[in-house]
Amino acid sequence: MNQAMNSHSQSVPVVEARDVKVSFGAVRALAGVDLVIRPGECVGLVGHNGAGKSTIVNVINGGLSPHEGTIAYKGEERGRTGIAAARGHGIRCVFQELSLCPNLTVIENTRIMHRALTGWGWRGRAAAAIRSKLDEIFPGHRIDCSRAVGDLSIAERQMVEIATAFADVGQAPKLVILDEPTSSLDASLAEQLLAHVRTYVAGGGSVIFISHILGEVLSTATRIVVMKDGRVVADRPTAEFTQAGLVQAMGSVVAEKKDARVARALTTSEPILSLPPRHGRGLPFKAFRGELVGLAGLSGHGQTDMLVDLYHSRSGNWLRRGNPQVAFVAGDRGYNGTFPLWSILNNLSVASLTDLSRASLIDERHEVELGEEWKRRIAIRTPDMENGILSLSGGNQQKVLFARALAVRAPIVLMDDPMRGVDIGTKQEVYDIVRSEAENGRTFIWYSTEMDEICICDRVYVFNSGAIVAELTRNDINEENILAASFTEAVTREAVA
Amino acid sequence: MNALRLLVQKPWIWSFAATAIVWFITIMFTGGASAAGLSQAALTFAAFSIIVGIGQMFVITLGPGNIDLSVPAMMTLSGTVALKLMGVDNAMILPGLGVAVLLGVAVGIGNYAFIKLLRIPPIIATLSMSFIVQSMAIWTNRGIRIKPPALLADFTTSSFFGIPNVAIVAFVLSVIAWVLLQKSVYGRWISAIGQSIPAARMAGIPVDGVRLATYVLCAVLASLCGYLLASFSGGAALNMGSEYLLMSIAVVVIGGTAVAGGDSNVPGIWGASLFLFLVVSMLNTYGLGAGIRLVMTGIIIIAVIMVAGGRKRGRA
Repeated sequence: MNQAMNSHSQSVPVVEARDVKVSFGAVRALAGVDLVIRPGECVGLVGHNGAGKSTIVNVINGGLSPHEGTIAYKGEERGRTGIAAARGHGIRCVFQELSLCPNLTVIENTRIMHRALTGWGWRGRAAAAIRSKLDEIFPGHRIDCSRAVGDLSIAERQMVEIATAFADVGQAPKLVILDEPTSSLDASLAEQLLAHVRTYVAGGGSVIFISHILGEVLSTATRIVVMKDGRVVADRPTAEFTQAGLVQAMGSVVAEKKDARVARALTTSEPILSLPPRHGRGLPFKAFRGELVGLAGLSGHGQTDMLVDLYHSRSGNWLRRGNPQVAFVAGDRGYNGTFPLWSILNNLSVASLTDLSRASLIDERHEVELGEEWKRRIAIRTPDMENGILSLSGGNQQKVLFARALAVRAPIVLMDDPMRGVDIGTKQEVYDIVRSEAENGRTFIWYSTEMDEICICDRVYVFNSGAIVAELTRNDINEENILAASFTEAVTREAVA
Repeated sequence: MNALRLLVQKPWIWSFAATAIVWFITIMFTGGASAAGLSQAALTFAAFSIIVGIGQMFVITLGPGNIDLSVPAMMTLSGTVALKLMGVDNAMILPGLGVAVLLGVAVGIGNYAFIKLLRIPPIIATLSMSFIVQSMAIWTNRGIRIKPPALLADFTTSSFFGIPNVAIVAFVLSVIAWVLLQKSVYGRWISAIGQSIPAARMAGIPVDGVRLATYVLCAVLASLCGYLLASFSGGAALNMGSEYLLMSIAVVVIGGTAVAGGDSNVPGIWGASLFLFLVVSMLNTYGLGAGIRLVMTGIIIIAVIMVAGGRKRGRA
């Protein structure tokens, strides 16, 4: 790999950022960052939430202009900047917040990203381009390109967005920025993507790869850049890093992975929640008090639907129940998580307003106290809880959603793959909170695409095509068993059907 | 300086600035003679648009697509029915008010039933409802103009220390609306629904209940307004609500409420209502014909919306 580096080091960099500084009000997002990307390398960008990864990426793709410092594409020091210029130099971006238009079809979305698709028959050409790219990156993907993006699952949307970025319509992409691309993909899709990235880079393309899953970065990147507090703290070839070294460079100490499943006797024999088999197929669902129930399986196989149905059936749509039974942590923040016009505080308190009010007037002092308490407990990185929710980085927004659900008195908390894009340090903190809340008798039903999270659950249900196909307990919960179960078809129950 | 900057960031400040300018120009033209009279007339007529405007504002806050077009028909129906019921009898004033409120509740529920059960967009549902309501008004009225009870007519047309009584009613309703919007759980809920229905639902907000309550609130306010307007103008007329369709929406928009929902304010309704009345009276003072006046009104409304819309939305 050093050889590869040397052979490219003479060539003109695709993009060159020098001493870039950006601040948002009082928050300094970038404090002088140098980043050079050469053809034929995959740069892994790692760091905690709010370290400045998304910000430097936005500077490179032209979405933000640096307050100080320069950005040069293909060595043109005083060239144009901005989104159009960046695209003109072949820079493509796959965003962490999915950026497709949900009301348009996959083909129409391709047209939006690729201006070259004009004139008669653009639909046909767009369809051919996106279809072939999807087939190339994700063989056997089963996405119908004439469907509206809003009808696709979050994983499928992510796949479309990735394929759109890599698609070659008139102009080949030179640098593709992947911001948390695997967070909503399951293991097999993620592996397909990583394989494609390796081939693409071997063919002379460049990739910036942002991920919190360090294993992926180590196996895919040729060089790793570690960011912390708006600075680059390490920039070395991948071979010089190990997982532990990387974590150390990021400046966090990962707690020894303790066995979460302390043998806990389920004293209550009566389940707090039980559901018949979904769509009359597969196994029924049960959850007990104080239990951590995992929902596993390939992404988009009905886990989210079950959580949403569960929530709807146990909360009033016409009147709010006096004692809420369930709380929900969204994974798809933009769709059913955040309220974009509101402050962080309002976003946090919205689910517990009835507890914070007297005679249905909100006690604002109580609300502020609640905000301060959770800001401390879950370490929300903001100078002021009155700032807008969108001023936070993605991971910190997710923390707010977590705090929102945990602040509700509900005995059951539903989690819809909420750890997408959250850094390791925060994850450990949240796991600890979840564990202690579970010991106090709360039940957590947790859909996750990450194996580590599924493995700390007390009991796991594996989904396939909308139905539960397997139930795993305690020592049976491991990657092998879950993957095996994910590919089993559900049996139709004669009695119900 | 800081206070001034805070003031400029308020979305409703523009409607008040425009009001002050138009008021000043009109007064200048008449040589200052009519200052008191003009202000009083402005407060009286603005009061009616304020009352319907507040209702419309709550509905628009619910998010894109939410609007209540049955406002004018609702005003006409409540005016005709209440006046017929009261039959010039002072003792029937309160029962008449009660019936007007009940009619509002019924129409509000009907509106939301159309939206929810038949899955029609609010713009169509409330428009169909308005045909039903208007026909009912024609049927009850049958072209007879009944006078309001003397006491009620007196109340609506007189003033208290120079401030028209209807303006006081509008003020009290505005204060209630402001508390509801800014301080109550209900206000937070409608703002949440206006930003994202799925997110509101998953945060435990009873979305359907809140939307129903909002359509009922809007219809009740329109109904109250019809009751007062019919009493004020000496009897209900079948076209009495017609100008309030555009008016109720225009005051909300000019007042700085986000048309996309989720972000509203009450003071802006006052500024916008006064402004719209003053524009018409200013053009009247210049002696312009009705046609020119309408064109000018339209142009001025568009201009204000452009100025107000051009400001940067403060988002950190």
